[in-house]
Amino acid sequence: MDFINSHLLSLILFLPTVAALVIFFLPKDEVKLIRWTAFAASLIPFALSVVVWVNFKSDASGFQFEENYPWYDAIRSSVHLGVDGLSLTMVVLTTLLTPLAILASFSITDRVKPYMMLFLMLETGMLGVFMALDLLIFFVFWEIGLVPMYFLINQWGSANRNYASLKFMIYTMGGSLGLLLGIQLLGVLFKTFDLQTIVQGWTSLSSSETFGQTFFTIGQVKAVAFWAFVIAFAIKVPVWPFHTWLPDAHTEAPTAGSMILAGVLLKLGAYGFLRLVLPLYPEQAQFYAGALAFLAVAAIVFGAFASYGQTDFKRLVAYSSVNHMGFVLLGIAAAAKASGTLDATIALNGAVLQMFNHGLSAAGMFFLVGVIYERTHTRNLNEFGGLFPLVPVYGGILIFTSMASLGLPGLNGFISEFLVVRGSWPILTVYTAVAMLGLLFTGAYILKGIKSVLHGPLNEHWAHGEHKLTEINTREILVMAPLMALILVTGVWPAWILDVINKAMVMLF
Amino acid sequence: MNSFAPILPEILLLAIGLLILLAEPFWKREQRRNLGWLTAGGLALSMVVCLLVGRPAAPVMALGGMVRFDWLGFFFKMLFLAASAATALFMMDVEKLNRRGEAYLLLLASTMGMTLMASSANLVMLYLAIETTSIPLYVLAGFMLEDEASTEAGFKYLLFGALTSTVMLYGFSLLYGFTGTTDIYKLAAMFQAGQLSTGVIVGVIFLLVVGLGFKVSIVPFHFWAPDVYEGSPTPIAGFLSTASKAAGFAVLARLFVVAFPNLMSSWATILAVLSAITMTVGNLLAIRQSNIKRLLAYSSVAHAGYVLIGVAAASRLGVASVVFYLIAYIVTNLAAFGIVVAYARVSGSDEIAAYNGLSRRSPGLALALLVAFLSLAGMPPFGGFIAKVLVFAAAVESGLVWLAVVGVINAIIGLYYYLVVLKHVYLFRNEAAESQPLPVTRPYMIALVALSIGIILIGTVFAPWFGLSDAAALNLF
Amino acid sequence: MNFPVLSVIVFTPMAAAVLMLLMPAERRNETRSIALAAATFALILSGWVYYQYLVNHMAGYQFVEEYNWLPALGMKLIFGVDGMSAPLVLLTGIVMFTGVLISWGIDDEHAPTGIQDRPREFFAFLFILASGVFGVFASLDLFMLFFFYEIAVFPMYLLIAIWGWVKTREYAAMKLTLYLFVGSVVALVGALAMYFKAGFDSFDMRLLEQANFPVDFQIGWFLPVFLGFAVLGGIWPFHNWSPDGHVAAPTAVSMFHAGVLMKLGAFAALRVGIMLLPEGAKYWSWLIMTFAAVAVVYGAYIAFVQTDFKYMVGFSSVSHMGLVMLGFSTLNRQGLLGSGVQMFSHGVMTALFFAVVGMVYDRAHTREIPELGGMGKILPFASIGFIIGGLVSMGMPGFSGFIAEFPIFLGVWGRQWLVAVVASVSIVITAAYIMRNIRMVFFGNMPEKFEGHISALTALDKVAIVTLCAFMIGIGLFPSLMVPMVQTGVDNILRLLGGA
Repeated sequence: MDFINSHLLSLILFLPTVAALVIFFLPKDEVKLIRWTAFAASLIPFALSVVVWVNFKSDASGFQFEENYPWYDAIRSSVHLGVDGLSLTMVVLTTLLTPLAILASFSITDRVKPYMMLFLMLETGMLGVFMALDLLIFFVFWEIGLVPMYFLINQWGSANRNYASLKFMIYTMGGSLGLLLGIQLLGVLFKTFDLQTIVQGWTSLSSSETFGQTFFTIGQVKAVAFWAFVIAFAIKVPVWPFHTWLPDAHTEAPTAGSMILAGVLLKLGAYGFLRLVLPLYPEQAQFYAGALAFLAVAAIVFGAFASYGQTDFKRLVAYSSVNHMGFVLLGIAAAAKASGTLDATIALNGAVLQMFNHGLSAAGMFFLVGVIYERTHTRNLNEFGGLFPLVPVYGGILIFTSMASLGLPGLNGFISEFLVVRGSWPILTVYTAVAMLGLLFTGAYILKGIKSVLHGPLNEHWAHGEHKLTEINTREILVMAPLMALILVTGVWPAWILDVINKAMVMLF
Repeated sequence: MNSFAPILPEILLLAIGLLILLAEPFWKREQRRNLGWLTAGGLALSMVVCLLVGRPAAPVMALGGMVRFDWLGFFFKMLFLAASAATALFMMDVEKLNRRGEAYLLLLASTMGMTLMASSANLVMLYLAIETTSIPLYVLAGFMLEDEASTEAGFKYLLFGALTSTVMLYGFSLLYGFTGTTDIYKLAAMFQAGQLSTGVIVGVIFLLVVGLGFKVSIVPFHFWAPDVYEGSPTPIAGFLSTASKAAGFAVLARLFVVAFPNLMSSWATILAVLSAITMTVGNLLAIRQSNIKRLLAYSSVAHAGYVLIGVAAASRLGVASVVFYLIAYIVTNLAAFGIVVAYARVSGSDEIAAYNGLSRRSPGLALALLVAFLSLAGMPPFGGFIAKVLVFAAAVESGLVWLAVVGVINAIIGLYYYLVVLKHVYLFRNEAAESQPLPVTRPYMIALVALSIGIILIGTVFAPWFGLSDAAALNLF
Repeated sequence: MNFPVLSVIVFTPMAAAVLMLLMPAERRNETRSIALAAATFALILSGWVYYQYLVNHMAGYQFVEEYNWLPALGMKLIFGVDGMSAPLVLLTGIVMFTGVLISWGIDDEHAPTGIQDRPREFFAFLFILASGVFGVFASLDLFMLFFFYEIAVFPMYLLIAIWGWVKTREYAAMKLTLYLFVGSVVALVGALAMYFKAGFDSFDMRLLEQANFPVDFQIGWFLPVFLGFAVLGGIWPFHNWSPDGHVAAPTAVSMFHAGVLMKLGAFAALRVGIMLLPEGAKYWSWLIMTFAAVAVVYGAYIAFVQTDFKYMVGFSSVSHMGLVMLGFSTLNRQGLLGSGVQMFSHGVMTALFFAVVGMVYDRAHTREIPELGGMGKILPFASIGFIIGGLVSMGMPGFSGFIAEFPIFLGVWGRQWLVAVVASVSIVITAAYIMRNIRMVFFGNMPEKFEGHISALTALDKVAIVTLCAFMIGIGLFPSLMVPMVQTGVDNILRLLGGA
């Protein structure tokens, strides 16, 4: 027990990889065995992260459950893990969504073994980013997560997967190039990659001095490095205008891949903003907050517009992610502008909660799109219509999840979006006002989606014969149930999670 | 015994010659091939005897100052005996040579001339030795009378040889005229007195260079070599290109270092320039050849250039490197010619294209050729590599970096054409011939195996060889 | 423990080569078995040396053996390894072992793999080459280093010319040999100059390190010596021979060539160029850095536009070796450390690449990327291997490539930030072409003409792939398996550089 208690984080982090190795040695024809092994293996990290959540002391400052192992002594980088309220929220989200996604992928029949292995490795990659307290380790996991995702899209995606996966890879690699250079710069400067040390040292450097033997001042270098970081994370979030990879990747990815992509991978970018950009570059962030807010609002508005314009159900949901993640960035921009104020804290609370919420609802939405796609083999909204009577349970779940996404009071989306707007309004009034307009269109596209699928005249094609639409099955309901439960609980009683987030935000900023 | 030690090898050579003269009439024509065994065996035995009882101690003048008994001379003598033995083995299966006692006799006579060249300390002795070497070789080169090429080769060699000999003799006479002595070791003292203008001495040096340059085939006195090599019987060409050349260098090194130490800078510069020209011309012309004997002829011109680097360095390391280079070169080039002899006997052609598919036909012969040619190209672990490194080292030590660089560039050109031959041997096919057997007779086998092992030994365990070379060089300084 | 392990390692392949040449030509499988046994033996011994060096926290030159060779000129046969060379000795063992495995060949007309034509000569020449390579890495005597260096170069000609790709082998083999020979003899002149200038009458590099040559001498001779060796390291603009050579060579030779021989050049450039002429290195580092940076980006770009699978890998080697040179040119701790690891990492990676390319080519008889496709279905092992190799090549964290490249970039930051920014572009280009290739060759639909013609890998092939992958992942996850050792080597270099 002691061992488990003292190594909780590393266990959560590496168990999925170990499980992937175990699966490697299973015979590839034993599809059932592989599926259940993967599912069971992904439940353990979830259980452990619940343990962490329960034992987490939200009042204590700093990082908890810290672990530190030497890794690359020569350049003073170590596997330094730890969580605070912010990262713990994300860890829980990840460990929750992974088993659900695996459950959702039970319908995969093609090359199940590599699929499950990649999925579990993906989990390790994502968790590593959230837990890392060492800049280099952060980057290591940041990149590692890319690879399984690439192959998931490339191998199990739909028709245009080659294009989409390459675009995904090149965009994110391109973005992380700036991040890599920035990390190298910091590493050279401080001869260590320990996050806390670097944050202290870097922020205390006076901006007006010249940098090394160059002609630049520290301030200029910081500004460039700031943008290098911002662009890397903005691509991942994704923020307009760096979002174009996302609709393609989401649309082509297999269902579970989209769930994780929208549910967790996008959060990596936002997490990067909160964990690295704001602490490392408070001055620059404040200075450029307007620009960030502009990007955020653009994402909200254009995301909503674009989403409304789609005829492909999955693309519609994909663009909605752009729209929703825009709120996260708006909250961050506001916090950057007026760091330390109460409004800023509220905005941040909203942003983090929005990350969590969007993780739930987007994963749910993508899954539901997947459910209907598997049955109809089309995602064209115009080919659906009036399906509610055929599949009432499915319809109910779809409406419930859509409402969460829309921001209906009583469900989780409302809480977080409200907090963001409430916090940002005094700080970035004009931007927030425009964003509110975007919110209108959010309603519009979601209702459009529901209408085209469930209501209107019934498309007879799906009512009879071999094309007859079947109801959502138990396994699929099982996937949705935890998501819906959390959506509801958070909407009614957000304090269970906001408490943790709030304390973390107060202590952080 | 001691008084004979300085000329022990010559005495033994004479004895073998007499033995051949005696044996030949008693043997039937078919048996006369065994004269080759007799020659080679006798030479090998002579070497053993000399090494056991005839080694020099401190350098002494002998035979009234005609020869000098020292390591330099002794060492070269042993080399010549070995080369001669290998040549005798190669002659054994060449029709028109192998059953004629006079061929072996001429070989021995020429060898005797060389041994005397290596040790002569007097201009008169030197001239006699050179002529003793050359005249039998003129005959041997033109030995195959019914073959026009061979006759032409012999005649050409004779004409140019006689001409350059005359020029050299003129140089000798001038030396005598100016100094009043023919003793090489006394010349230096005469020059030290400084009675002669530098111009005159440079003129004399030039005359000597013409004569010796012909022997060692330095450009521009090289043009006889390809024709003569191509025309003469191949074993003789091999002998010409190795032993005869080495003898020339032995004289060159001794004469210049001992007689003109004060003028080192001037003759060293002349030789350095000649060396650069020789290497470059030899290598560039070799690239174009399609006949392997002509290729080897030009390559031997180029090698003369490399050896000259060591002479031009005019230092102890320089002379040591010359000696070492010559050891490696003699062994290597003899092996190369030996392979040509062995192969031409079966294929009847000396064209490089005729070597296609050799490696499939006879992997062993191909491997021997690989060893020999890579050694010529200067690749380890073969003798040629160490030899090249040493001459370059000597050049660098004496500040002739430019010459070393020229040598390096030439080594690359050389590598190119040697590789081209290997390409024919290993890469190209000759389906028709590949199935036919390629017999290698016993004398060839023995000679080639011994030479190949020699090449590798020189290239790997080089300390003893260098020790001997260094001891030889020390005698000059 | 006075077992002369290094000389045994160096001479094992040579002895095996002689033994094989003495075998009758028709005993093909026996010949192969000798090759495999010798390779395994060498691998075990080199692994043992590496392991001992690592676990005993050794530093400096270890396992030193000294034999007088030519006392008159101070030439000795001195073997010894330090933190820089021990990984490379191991690398040679690995590549030799895997190279033998994948060239095994089955005496069957239809068997697609391995060496069918004169295996005896093939393995013998390959092993002579291997002896030379081991010798260079283990030599502490400048002369012996050259000696072995040349031994490593010339078998290449035969191996490529005889067993290479019919279309270009003559041209490529000649080009390669001449290029390398030019480089090495130019460096040789420089080495001789050092010998005489130092006046120790010794070629012992441990002594020459202390020679303190005059600064202008160092500045004058650094470039010939460094670049002379770096030609073999594939440094731009003297890289021209390398892609042609790689492409024309048979698989095992490409593995050796790109995997080990290029390291030979880089290693010798480091050991002789930088360590013996540190002031020269400081003076010229900007030039080397420029060359290297161009190589990194240019090589990656050229690789990107190739349609020939093997050419692509060949140019990627130019790019990656550029990183090694880039690390050297920084002359600081991180850069040199990264280069040390990169030499090993790239060696294993590129050996794997060429092995996979060879497996695909042997079966499909084409290397045109657009003509290939769907190989992953029948050759899953090969495709996983290539993907892992590709990830290493992209510098993906978790693999050895990252462990190597990251410190190199850190080092470059410390010297010239602009170069770091420019060179990092190559990472994206590399990712693009690797991903494209994986997709086009291993995934997608298999063209009809290959249906039924593609046979699965042999067990030996799989062993080779797994061995190579294990090293890349092992070091990627646990840098401490190699980094501390390389660091001790770097310490020594930094000491010579005066703590720069």
